[in-house]
Amino acid sequence: MIGIEHYVFVSAILFVLGVLGIFLNRKNVIILLMSIELILLSVNLNLVAFSVFLHDLVGQIFAMFVLTVAAGEAAIGLAILVIYFRGRGTIAVDDVNRMKG
Amino acid sequence: MELLRSLQITLAEEVLSISGLILLLVAAWAGDKAARLISILSVAVLTVCALIAAPALCGSAMGPAVTAFAGQYHADAFAAFAKLLIYAGAGVTLIVAPAFFERVRGMRAEFPLLVLFAALGMGIMVSAGDLLALYIGLELNSLASYVLASMLRSDERSAESGLKYFVLGSLASGILLYGVSLTYGFTGTTSFEGIRLALSHGLSTGATFGVVFVLAGLAFKISAAPFHMWTPDVYEGAPTPVTTFFATAPKVAALTLLMRVSLEAFGTQVHAWQQIVIFAALLSIVIGALGAIGQNNIKRLMAYSSINNVGFMLIGLACANQPGAAAMLVYLAIYVAMSVAGFVAVLMLKDADGEPVEAISDMAGLSKTRPGLAAALAAVMFSLAGIPPLFGFWGKFVVFQAAVQANLLALAAIGIAASVIGAFYYLKVVKVLYFDEATDKVTGKSELAHTVLLVVATLFISPLGYLLTNWLHVLAGNAAAALFHVA
Repeated sequence: MIGIEHYVFVSAILFVLGVLGIFLNRKNVIILLMSIELILLSVNLNLVAFSVFLHDLVGQIFAMFVLTVAAGEAAIGLAILVIYFRGRGTIAVDDVNRMKG
Repeated sequence: MELLRSLQITLAEEVLSISGLILLLVAAWAGDKAARLISILSVAVLTVCALIAAPALCGSAMGPAVTAFAGQYHADAFAAFAKLLIYAGAGVTLIVAPAFFERVRGMRAEFPLLVLFAALGMGIMVSAGDLLALYIGLELNSLASYVLASMLRSDERSAESGLKYFVLGSLASGILLYGVSLTYGFTGTTSFEGIRLALSHGLSTGATFGVVFVLAGLAFKISAAPFHMWTPDVYEGAPTPVTTFFATAPKVAALTLLMRVSLEAFGTQVHAWQQIVIFAALLSIVIGALGAIGQNNIKRLMAYSSINNVGFMLIGLACANQPGAAAMLVYLAIYVAMSVAGFVAVLMLKDADGEPVEAISDMAGLSKTRPGLAAALAAVMFSLAGIPPLFGFWGKFVVFQAAVQANLLALAAIGIAASVIGAFYYLKVVKVLYFDEATDKVTGKSELAHTVLLVVATLFISPLGYLLTNWLHVLAGNAAAALFHVA
């Protein structure tokens, strides 16, 4: 029987993977965007699982809002990435270092 | 009837969103030529919204909270106080922006609109009565802010600051959201009152994680240490009017949101978050003070100064009582005035070609070439350092007073000691301005609007500001009382 704790556990793993993806990745900014999506999806999994567990619809409505905002966020992130690439000609994470200190 | 009543209560947000959409059509129709006109109209819209929000501040602060949309939205004195500061910050940004952007042909008609939508999001944030409204408001503000940071598309630093702000801001939203999902799961509700009630029976492990993640996400947004690392880069890289905006309005919104979440939603489990807030406050004060030493870019210095000041404000929150919250709001209002004065002064530092001067070493001997500007900048620095005759001292004084009354003596003592370290780099700037050999770099002409704003903000932070203390304390007291009437 798959219970609520399994869902929470999987979502915790996804969340940690997403956060590690942001901090350990040294290669490519696109991977950062993917990691952010992973975090948001782990949240959605949590929300929907809790919603079913609690017999309460709010969690599923919340998940819908999160999906919508995530789409907008990805669009803005890619747009900023395009401007950045135009100026610098690279999207390697290690090169994002014009400012330091 | 319920819907009509809700629409009536949320009038300020409706005015903002509808006029924002109309102005967006104007922008699409008339193009960038209309940018200045749209800026002026946007300032007018913000003024109208401020007038709509203001009455709640003096009204029945002790009565039951006025809520709209089934508790999603709270219209109380606390939200009104925050909204006035937010609209003021956004208005100042719109007034100073055109002159800055027109010089590099970067003034786009979308700029004032993004500021308007960010202000709308911040208004929803500070009025949120539910985690869902909190999230929507926060994201509306953040998404507009990411674009604002990278507004100057031709400038590599602006694009880089936008990218950094986006990645770290999204991570913060993700962490906050994960905390929200845990809080929802372990309390069974997303409304602040419901969470408060559920937590009053005790705190489960899952809910503790929820509280910690929510606070960590919000700490990112207010740039409190240890989640401050994006601040210096974003402040330096973003165009200066946008930095002015970031240092005022979103800071007010995120800090007041943090207050509402911790005191209202998590208010029955103070011990669960008080340690975290104390830790973040001390670390922010120390990192802000130490990081600023050795900075040569004035915007970067102001970024570290903002981290430092957020630390002092968090001391007020750590008290977890009504006087502490009121002290924090007083500090917040004074801090907004100091930021406005500081960044408008930075905007006025231009060389003969109108290029902005940002290096502190280039400002040497400013007192001989531009005595007025140097005096204003020195007043800002003394005020940020909290040196007595200036109004910045009053903010620190009330916060420490609240901490001492709440028996947080160690916190107050360390805070006062660290503010002495902070005084070092503020005074170093004053020394460069007044006692170093003149470089005659800053020779550019200033706009009338900038001068007027600088004079008004400097008068506010000058000793004349003390004339307003009574008035400020009544308003902040009303606002803080609204936050605590549930308790």
